[in-house]
Amino acid sequence: MNPFSFRRCWSWLCLFVMLSGLPLSVSAALAPERVSGFAGDFSSRLAAIEALGADGGADAHRVLDALENGMLGVIDGQVVIVEGDAIRDAASGEAAEGDVAAVTVITVNNRIRRALISARATLALAADDVATRLAAAHTLGESPAAEQMPLLEQALAREKNDNVRAVLMRAIARINLASPDAALRRQAAEDLGSASDPVVRNLLAALLEKRDGDWVEPDAEVRAAAVRSMTSIERRITAAQAMGTVFSGLSLGSILLLAALGLAITYGVMGVINMAHGELLMIGAYATFVVQGVFREHFPQWVDGYVIAAIPVAFLVAALAGVVMERLVLRHLYGRPLESLLATWGLSLVLIQGARVTFGPQNLELSNPSWMTGGIELAAGVVLPFNRIVIIGFAAFVLLLVWLMMQKTRLGMFVRAVTQNRPMAGCVGVPTARVDTLAFAIGSGVAGLGGLALSQVANVGPAMGQGYIVDTFMVVVLGGVGQLAGAVWAALGLGIVSKFLEGWAGAVIAKILVLVFIIIFIQKRPQGLFALKGRFADD
Amino acid sequence: MRIPFTVRLLRGAPKSGWIALLIIAFIAWVAVPFAHLALPPEHAFYLPGYAVKLVGKIMCYMTVAVAMDLVWGYTGILSLGHGLFFALGGYAFGMYLMRQIGRDGSYGADLPDFMVFLDWKELPWYWTGSDSFAWAIFLAMALPGLVAFAFGYFAFRSRIRGVYFSIITQALTYAAMLLFFRNETGFGGNNGFTDFKRILGYDITSPQMRVVLFGLSAALLIACLSLGRYLVGSRLGRVLAAIRDAESRAMFIGYNPLHYKLFIWTLSAVMCGLAGALYVPQMGIINPSEMSPANSIEIAVWVAVGGRGTLTGAVFGAGIVNLAKSYLTATMSEYWPFFLGGLFIVVTLYLPDGVAGLWRRFVERKAATTTAVEAETEAKPTKTAGASA
Repeated sequence: MNPFSFRRCWSWLCLFVMLSGLPLSVSAALAPERVSGFAGDFSSRLAAIEALGADGGADAHRVLDALENGMLGVIDGQVVIVEGDAIRDAASGEAAEGDVAAVTVITVNNRIRRALISARATLALAADDVATRLAAAHTLGESPAAEQMPLLEQALAREKNDNVRAVLMRAIARINLASPDAALRRQAAEDLGSASDPVVRNLLAALLEKRDGDWVEPDAEVRAAAVRSMTSIERRITAAQAMGTVFSGLSLGSILLLAALGLAITYGVMGVINMAHGELLMIGAYATFVVQGVFREHFPQWVDGYVIAAIPVAFLVAALAGVVMERLVLRHLYGRPLESLLATWGLSLVLIQGARVTFGPQNLELSNPSWMTGGIELAAGVVLPFNRIVIIGFAAFVLLLVWLMMQKTRLGMFVRAVTQNRPMAGCVGVPTARVDTLAFAIGSGVAGLGGLALSQVANVGPAMGQGYIVDTFMVVVLGGVGQLAGAVWAALGLGIVSKFLEGWAGAVIAKILVLVFIIIFIQKRPQGLFALKGRFADD
Repeated sequence: MRIPFTVRLLRGAPKSGWIALLIIAFIAWVAVPFAHLALPPEHAFYLPGYAVKLVGKIMCYMTVAVAMDLVWGYTGILSLGHGLFFALGGYAFGMYLMRQIGRDGSYGADLPDFMVFLDWKELPWYWTGSDSFAWAIFLAMALPGLVAFAFGYFAFRSRIRGVYFSIITQALTYAAMLLFFRNETGFGGNNGFTDFKRILGYDITSPQMRVVLFGLSAALLIACLSLGRYLVGSRLGRVLAAIRDAESRAMFIGYNPLHYKLFIWTLSAVMCGLAGALYVPQMGIINPSEMSPANSIEIAVWVAVGGRGTLTGAVFGAGIVNLAKSYLTATMSEYWPFFLGGLFIVVTLYLPDGVAGLWRRFVERKAATTTAVEAETEAKPTKTAGASA
């Protein structure tokens, strides 16, 4: 989402929450002269709006609301609020006489709307709630006007919260930047250095330009201060962006990891690349969709918990699909890896088309539960969304479970034994056929969980799994077959590297570079990052 | 004693094979032109244009199947990226076709339409020579060959094989597809090349041109099939089979698998490139979706259906699957993926030798019954003789 609109939405949301909570029928009347301005010409209306914002009170909201909703009008020089068939005096709130049809409603044009916004922000600056004040300060700070100076200073004087203070100070500094007093301007330029907003940076950069041979900012010291502030803002923005990139790399890596964990198990045990692995992701995502539908239909009060309920469902459905695949197809292709490749590709075609026929070809509409929406804002434009944070945590959780399964259970030991040496494991009594099935079930189930995670951040459609098989296989190859640790490093590394490359060269080139890198890497280390120790002979 | 090349070539196939090739050549170069050009459209034997196009296209696919069989069936390298070589050949020739449009494009400019659209002022350097027919043909062979050589050299040198190799070839064609989808790459982005007008100044949509292209596709198929047959019967073919069956042992005996694999891999890519170059003028379009992994893996299933390591099987496999495809996608397109997917599974599970395997079994059984009958008829007199004796 566009960062700026995100912040604006956020601030408006806060304002809205605050305003909707206000009792609108408070009867403490306004002095009539405070609304009389609305009966006058355009500029007197603007002045009236500003005045209402400046010294506030609940009744100010009532009038401003009416204005915004097109309910404020004038009849015979009296300012009134139209409510259905009745009209009320705007100042007193008492019923007034007159015909509704005769009321001239005040039209809300852009200038009035702007005035309204700033009046409301001014009102909100006096609110008790910190978030509301912060949002209001942001709104005012975006386009501060010199006449708001006293108001901002007033707000600053009574403000206790540091965040709000910082935003207010920045707004004041922006106004001061245009002041005729050089000292004031220098101070402002220095103060603005604490921002991490590209808008502020551009503001400072504008001072350093030359127009018609003259500096926009005549004072050299102010310019020097502006340069210092700009560098510090830029440093902050770069750092925040780098953190954002690392974060989205981690997020991509955690999804790759969820997909690759399953493949690492099945490939390790059976030596078979399941080309339908991506479709197991798809099955997991579709299972999540079905669970969401069931919750919406039958348990609307717990709809936010559908993701939790979908965890076992996605796992089991995908695991079941995996068992069916293994029993019906892969089992019979043992020792023919290339044929398995083709057969599983066939399976994936059938699964994709099956999903398309059953659920329709369009992308499914899945919504994040409310506790996964929103995010943490690092700097202007760098937001860490909660859904991605949750998924990173989820991947870590699944990794832990798989690790425990592989290292601490008897089944895990068997799986490792079969991965290392199938005939020998069979000789010492490991039931290899059953281990194959179970390992495949678990690997597929983990892929289903990957699909669940994916459904929270990406589009869910029949062909969603197609793009992942190559990436996932690359992770397995990079990490070394049968190596959990390898898969983790490879997945996170690939995720972060490709996100950085994306920022630098664009998505397509990044993808190509990563593929080239992997091809070169396999030249050097065909066994992957973490090779199994021991001797191997082929043929 | 050294046997002359022509004799060895002739020995490569049995007599029946040569007769079949002659019949195909006759059909492609005499019968089809006659039925399409000389007969009036209402005549019972008139061949409509779409049929000529369809069979011409399928013959290009058959050539690709032969190329695929050489690397997969005989050398054991499963490529999931052969569509890339096919498409590269197609693009190389498509560049020439784009230049042949001249000023007849919708912008009436010297540059191809998409470049005008991108506001480019001159041809990028890699379009140099694209107005020459000979260069286009050369490029259609050299470009896939070069890409295959470079990729194969690095892959085979570090002994990447089996599933690893397959997946990396898939990644290769996927990456190439992404690259060609970009407008900046200079190959028309996701629209690719289309709206061709002429080849060597002749109208590309005329029935005569259609027949010529058809005949060339047949010629290419016959040439590739004969060359393939000759190669697999030669010493080289035996080494390839040895590498397929036990690479390390072949290496220990003293053959360097790198050279053999690289040769057959590059040759196969060149064949695909030529097939692509003939495919594009017949279909009138080339776009990056030809490089999609799904297309490449479909080539493998043609060969699997036909039977690996038989060459003729691959030709039949490509024919069967593509005829079924054009029939099914026209009548019930929703079920085509089910059919194709099922084909992948059924063929690998139950028909590891494909149609050619079925045929061989059928012939053997017939031979077995005839010998059994013969043995019986021979045995009977002896019996009676014995009894009478």
